[in-house]
Amino acid sequence: MVTFVVSAVSLAIVFLYGCLGETLMEKAGHLNLGIPGIMCLGTAGGCLGIALYQGMLSDPSKPSWILLILFSIFFSVIFSSFGGSIYALLTVSLRCNQNITGLALTTFGSGLTQLIMDKYVDRSYFDAAGKVISRGFVNNSDAPGILKALLSYGFFVYFGIVLALAATFVLNRTRVGLHLRSIGENPATADAAGINVTLYKYLTIIVGSSIAGLGGLFYTMDYLKGSWENASTIEAFGWMAIALVIFTLWKPNVSILGSIVFGGFYIAAFVLNGSSTQKELLKLLPYVITVVVLIFTSIVKKKGSQAPAALGLSYFREER
Amino acid sequence: MMAVQEQKKEKKEPLFHIVRRTDISTKTKAVIYAIAILAGFLISSLICWAFGEDATPIDFFASMFTGAFGTKRLIWLLLQDMALLLGVSVALVPAFKMKFWNLGGNGQVLMGCLASIFCMFYFGDLNNVILIPLMLVASLAAGVLWAAIPGIFKAYFDTNESLFTLMLNYIAQGLVAMFITIWVKSGSGVLSPLSAGNLPEIGGNRYILIIVVLFLLAGLMYCYLRYTKHGYELTVVGESPNTAKYIGINVKAVIIRTLILSGAIAGLVGFFLAAGINHTVSTASANNMGFTAIMTSWLAGFNPLLMFASCFFITFVNRGMQEVRMNFSFENDSISNIVVGIIYFCVIAVSFFITYQVVFRKNETKTKAKEEN
Repeated sequence: MVTFVVSAVSLAIVFLYGCLGETLMEKAGHLNLGIPGIMCLGTAGGCLGIALYQGMLSDPSKPSWILLILFSIFFSVIFSSFGGSIYALLTVSLRCNQNITGLALTTFGSGLTQLIMDKYVDRSYFDAAGKVISRGFVNNSDAPGILKALLSYGFFVYFGIVLALAATFVLNRTRVGLHLRSIGENPATADAAGINVTLYKYLTIIVGSSIAGLGGLFYTMDYLKGSWENASTIEAFGWMAIALVIFTLWKPNVSILGSIVFGGFYIAAFVLNGSSTQKELLKLLPYVITVVVLIFTSIVKKKGSQAPAALGLSYFREER
Repeated sequence: MMAVQEQKKEKKEPLFHIVRRTDISTKTKAVIYAIAILAGFLISSLICWAFGEDATPIDFFASMFTGAFGTKRLIWLLLQDMALLLGVSVALVPAFKMKFWNLGGNGQVLMGCLASIFCMFYFGDLNNVILIPLMLVASLAAGVLWAAIPGIFKAYFDTNESLFTLMLNYIAQGLVAMFITIWVKSGSGVLSPLSAGNLPEIGGNRYILIIVVLFLLAGLMYCYLRYTKHGYELTVVGESPNTAKYIGINVKAVIIRTLILSGAIAGLVGFFLAAGINHTVSTASANNMGFTAIMTSWLAGFNPLLMFASCFFITFVNRGMQEVRMNFSFENDSISNIVVGIIYFCVIAVSFFITYQVVFRKNETKTKAKEEN
């Protein structure tokens, strides 16, 4: 049971980062279907950073914890905000269609990531780096279960949860958050109120992308402990993260719980002793549940659980 | 004093401002897109040069062309791929014209495939004369189901269709994976091609049937959208649902009807994939055409005739890149994705210059001065 919870929570964090980034962008009125690509780019950046750092060490199998974290976050953020900037330039300044820009970004991001990981990232010492990054506060195997379920994760798990709580606070309790939400609901009104719509949109997209990118990095370096499969796995998680945004009704604090539910379903498919058919059915569940939530919220039409009103629409000032 | 103030004001004016174009000539449009495509290819060739081994831009373009048109077989394959993509684009376009963002093309095509393969697997001993029509009906029904469900919910509850259809893609993939575990006892997860219910070859050519049917369908769709009452109604619903309501169009019925049509065509493409080409199904059977078709139909301005051009172009890039990939020792299709992505970006970016016009301040003062003179 404890192992189940631990692995469900670990996987959940992949969704949490992606969902958090996407939620912020959607709050600013941008449905970013490029999240899967951005999560890939974040992985590529982070791994490149780790490889660079390990290349500088005389003994790459003994990296320092803090430097690994710093290097990986720094490069991951650079790469994912590069992807985010492309999206922002096209959809905010050039007012292009958000859906197709996002899809193009996903294609581009996963391709570039695959190429970089195959050709330019030296992964020979990644298992050492993975071990260090995923090291939890409680490591010995005979610790009580509750401690293990709460404290045995690596830095990125707690960082993600803190980010989610911070995002909730910023969105609901600060002026910046109020401005951001007003832009997502009605950019023309926000503009009239003197809010710099373009600046807010750019910053939100770049910050959101950076957060989402960490999800991919977390999956490769922490969850898989430094082994790299291919970009398409991360891409699939990216689509799950977009589903999760709906599932959690655009609320970052709910997304912590929501992502654990998603992670649980995903893990259950591997843990349960069912036939392979039952496992495939179980893997479907997160998507089916998302659809049910989507339908339910649209029928109930409760205020506060709807998508931002201006989601997906470009804002052109001279057409107010 | 006044003059000084005016000057100060002048300084605060931004360097340029953006105006929405009222109309744009086809020629300007074509030139803008041509520049974008050229720029995309140029950037891509330079990137290949940087990443690949000895892939100079000239070699890059040469490989693209041999990959697309090198042999007779490659040309047929190009046409076939183009026809399939055109089919999916034709499926999506009525929904898009109605501003129904159907991102579920992949799922709808995949369900069509799955339904055909289902019939081939369980009713394989039937004569092909009965089996093939059965497969066709099953595929159409499956496609319709996968498109009409989000349509019905959109019509009655205004459920967000892009997210709904996106989720249905994954549910379709999951169903395929599940059926494969039932059908393939070895656990390999790969269904070997089935021999029952394969489409006949016409004159010894197995490409021509699919190409002709799907090309014709694109022509028919053009007529449907342009000359029929249905086409008119769905355009009005897309432009303004309220206007549609006021002039007595049953908006709900139009949405559901259009989505049924859309799903049926996607199901047909799935049927062709299963019965005419692959004779098997996998989670990747739809080959991501549902997403690519969004791009092609948008590029064509939702005009089915122009979609011939956009589908040809995208297929050309895809097939050409396969050759580039092999010639310059790229391990996997990563480079194709990068190139396709860059070309998409370029084409998307110039759509700005088609809808808007950048007016610089200098020009404006000049014209004003002229007017005063």
